[in-house]
Amino acid sequence: MSSILKKAAVVSIPNVRQALLRSNPVLASSLLAKRAYNSKNGVEMTVRDALNSALEEEMTADEKIYLLGEEVGQYNGAYKVSKGLLDKFGPKRVIDTPITESGFCGLAVGSAFAGLKPVCEFMTWNFAMQAIDQIVNSAAKTHYMSGGNVNCPITFRGPNGAAAGVAAQHSQCFAAWYGSVPGLKVVSPWNSEDAKGLLKAAIRDPNPVVVLENELMYGVSFPMSEAALSKDFVVEIGKAKIEKAGTDITIVAHSRSVGFALEAAMLLEKEGICSAEVINLRSIRPLDTETIINSVKKTNRLVTVEGGWPQYGVGSEICAQIMESEAFDHLDAPVVRVTGADVPTPYAQNLEAYAFPDTEVIARVIKRTMNKKIGA
Amino acid sequence: MYARVSVRALARSIPSKAIKATPAPLTHSAKAFSTSALSMDSHKKKERVKVHFPGALDSHFSQVLEIREKMEPIDTFRVMDTDGKVLDKALEPEVTEEFATKIYKDMLTLNVMDLILYEAQRQGRISFYMTNAGEEAYIGSAAALDPEDEIFGQYREAGTLLYRGFTLDQFMNQCYSNDMDLGKGRQMPVHYGSKALHFQTISSPLATQLPQASGAAYAIKRSGKKNCVMCYFGEGAASEGDFHAALNIAATTSCPVIFFCRNNGFAISTPANEQYKGDGIASRGVGYGMHTIRVDGNDVWAVYKATQEARKIAVEKHKPVLIEAMTYRVGHHSTSDDSSAYRSKKEVEDWKRHDNPMVRMRKWLESKGWWDEARENEHKSTQRSAVLKSFAAAEKRKKPAVSEMFNDVYDKLTPNLIEQKKELEELIKKFPAHYDTSNYAKEN
Repeated sequence: MSSILKKAAVVSIPNVRQALLRSNPVLASSLLAKRAYNSKNGVEMTVRDALNSALEEEMTADEKIYLLGEEVGQYNGAYKVSKGLLDKFGPKRVIDTPITESGFCGLAVGSAFAGLKPVCEFMTWNFAMQAIDQIVNSAAKTHYMSGGNVNCPITFRGPNGAAAGVAAQHSQCFAAWYGSVPGLKVVSPWNSEDAKGLLKAAIRDPNPVVVLENELMYGVSFPMSEAALSKDFVVEIGKAKIEKAGTDITIVAHSRSVGFALEAAMLLEKEGICSAEVINLRSIRPLDTETIINSVKKTNRLVTVEGGWPQYGVGSEICAQIMESEAFDHLDAPVVRVTGADVPTPYAQNLEAYAFPDTEVIARVIKRTMNKKIGA
Repeated sequence: MYARVSVRALARSIPSKAIKATPAPLTHSAKAFSTSALSMDSHKKKERVKVHFPGALDSHFSQVLEIREKMEPIDTFRVMDTDGKVLDKALEPEVTEEFATKIYKDMLTLNVMDLILYEAQRQGRISFYMTNAGEEAYIGSAAALDPEDEIFGQYREAGTLLYRGFTLDQFMNQCYSNDMDLGKGRQMPVHYGSKALHFQTISSPLATQLPQASGAAYAIKRSGKKNCVMCYFGEGAASEGDFHAALNIAATTSCPVIFFCRNNGFAISTPANEQYKGDGIASRGVGYGMHTIRVDGNDVWAVYKATQEARKIAVEKHKPVLIEAMTYRVGHHSTSDDSSAYRSKKEVEDWKRHDNPMVRMRKWLESKGWWDEARENEHKSTQRSAVLKSFAAAEKRKKPAVSEMFNDVYDKLTPNLIEQKKELEELIKKFPAHYDTSNYAKEN
């Protein structure tokens, strides 16, 4: 195994082994789902369909809402998230744009200033770097810099982070970048309920909101509760969800990593090693530190999991905030971050597998953390 | 020769009897397609053969390898000469005395305000300023707009705000970032904004306002209102990616926006001939499929008429228009610039003498009997007093309340901001000697 890659992945994962075959995401998540949800109606929905219904419901309810981006209309969306919307709402509400992220993002921002409610889709968040000035300097800062006179009720959305076999320029996670910007709200859904509720909340929010979806999750099905199927279902931005209660250690994750964290937790519980509490962040900004602090006070141990790069990442921020809070006195072991490897994402399948954390890696880190104790 | 021709293209150009229904394989020699329409002999006939590729629009095939370097330069429209005389009687402006003198008075007021605020920065009383010297004629474009047309400026269009009724107090309060500033002290000087006057708060990144203007125009189109967006920028900003993105998308999305380029010859120290190699900015408009006008930017009436016509196209046809107004930046780029470092003082003085927008307009007014030396002096001196009065009042006012630091990041304070605000309040209360808030307005 390449020693370079080994070093690169070391930040919080000292012994990277050959990764096991990735657990079948569909099987795993439905196993999880059966445990995590009390849905009696038996309705299942893919993340993609959840996003589609969120868009459809909101656009039906409010004429000011419109969708724009590349391939969103006639092509039904590069990942089919906007399927059927052009047919239902017409070309004034679903706009196919030329290839110009700065152009259509700027147009969307300007239309938001003028009173419309755009949903601006980036084919992936990687391409949004070509429009990041419009997102950060204009959308995020204008309400503040205009003395509260100009509003920007815009939603930016698109797939973020790891995909499969698309290499570095298509696999970056932007949670930390946008999460650091005052004026933006940033959400990162994991399952279908998250996707629908957070996207609806984002569209209804009068502030600019960044919605970081994940391509690998689009096709994954989850049960939807009765409440989640309603037209008015929203998930509150800024509140995390405890997906699985536990007593011995807190795992905080967002997006796809939540699935892996839950698998690891179930594995370790079955092996009788520990009872882990898994928190699904749902929102990157505002960060629900209260939920994390309360959990740490209960379990005394914390591990963060993310797909993004280690330096200046989501886990780094959680560590810092926990350390600065009353939760510090409750820690029995140092907080550990599990993150993506500190390299541009490789293309080769085996290397790509090493570059992102999975169930195996998370389980190992949890075990190691369980064995530590300060002052012992 | 015609090795790869799409099946669809074939189907359109060839009479049906000449083509079989089966899809054509990818590569062929010209011989395989010698039907009458595609034969090499077609160039011997007088008729020109249209190109049918989906991207070609209106092109025709040619056996001449044309390497084109430039198009015919676009003429610069003017109404008055440098002495304020209308060159073609048919273009004599049909305006009232009140309308015409308001424009000129605002040009004068702008001038006076610029001089005083520039000096204020030099004296350390405000942190930054940008003048409009040499470009005052753009006020003519504001005069052609409807008050509800949304304006997205760059930073050298304060005259349009003045024309719409922004008061001297409001200008000064923004420059001093005091508690009366509409922007609550959050922006550098000259970054004005006014919701009431439909003037979008100035945003610093160059050309960022162009795609935004396209978007605001799209919103206006959706609303059904008979308005347009007016977007100002300089020839330097037109090099930014956002310029190209904005023009293209305004054209493809049919947005009622006027893109008004103040080509004043300089982008800080970069002269226009180093900023671009083509025929100015106007030549690009045609490239994006847009109605385009080039105008003498020092001629109030030319600017007025161009904007009037552009507005008609934008509002009635929902199509964007590009206006390039040629002018000369007499002043420095800003108070952070000393232009004698890159151009001679003589060059500047020559421009002020030979082609001065203020002089041209004044002479035109005088030729109509609507202005004279006495009115000039009177207006200048009353405006000077008014500016100084506003200035002194703005300087004395306190800064916005400390709590304003946390407001408007979002529509409502988020938990972390509430926490930080509380912490600061407690610190200020506990250590008043270390947190002197006497210069800040009281909390509400």
